Amino acid sequence: MFEMIVPAFIVGGIICMIGQLLMDLTKPTFTPAHVLVSFVSGGAILGALGIYEPLVKIGGAGASIPLSGFGYSLAKGAMEAVEKRGIMGAFSGGVEAAAVGIAAAVFFGYLMSVAFKAKG
Amino acid sequence: MADQTQKKPLLSVTAEKYQTLIKQYTPKPTIIKNVVRAFIVGGIICSIGQIFINLFSSFGLARVEASTAATATMIFLGALLTGLGVYDEIGKFGGAGSIVPVTGFANSIVAPAMEFKREGYVMGVGAKLFTVAGPVLVYGITTSIVVGFVYFLLH
Repeated sequence: MFEMIVPAFIVGGIICMIGQLLMDLTKPTFTPAHVLVSFVSGGAILGALGIYEPLVKIGGAGASIPLSGFGYSLAKGAMEAVEKRGIMGAFSGGVEAAAVGIAAAVFFGYLMSVAFKAKG
Repeated sequence: MADQTQKKPLLSVTAEKYQTLIKQYTPKPTIIKNVVRAFIVGGIICSIGQIFINLFSSFGLARVEASTAATATMIFLGALLTGLGVYDEIGKFGGAGSIVPVTGFANSIVAPAMEFKREGYVMGVGAKLFTVAGPVLVYGITTSIVVGFVYFLLH
């Protein structure tokens, strides 16, 4: 039950540290939205280059829970689908692989926005 | 008046000494503190994600499936804690440690949608859900298609 927790903590912590440095060193150009966008695209590119895969093997959730992991699964999905279906796979594969995450974000996001009121 | 001009200045410092004093009293850059906090909070969030992966694996889910289910669970938790107003407090402490994980992505969806509810359920909630999620999906999906395209050409 508690295996891989320490690697997840360390890898996840380091990835978040990079995000914090990005924000602090480029203040005020880099907003949280910029951080999320660059992590998704960055994760996809690192995934395509085969650099992110080992990180997931070592860090487990430490690499898959940060948004760079979302980008990685988008890229991985696109490449796997190209193997099976050729050029159409480039379009379908990414979204297919990330479908659960996207749908969960839309569904739970909507649910909570309707259920709760903003403070103040 | 004449008496006041005769008074010794309260702080008898030269210009150079003043400069060093300024440096001494300006708050130290918070970057190191922020980075350490981001590491701790990000690490804790990812550890919780790992506990869910382990839990779902023990239910017999394959590794990839368990990871996907854990991501969805973390999105749920991030959205719920944002609704409850707890996630903002985590964010004040954790900075990027609370933004970069997928819980922060959920937070970026719920927070503006909740705030703009008074503008209605279509252009308020419906549209504002995508204030940050929109750009993330645009750049994420576009990058994945380009990656797929290049992969296709190289094979």
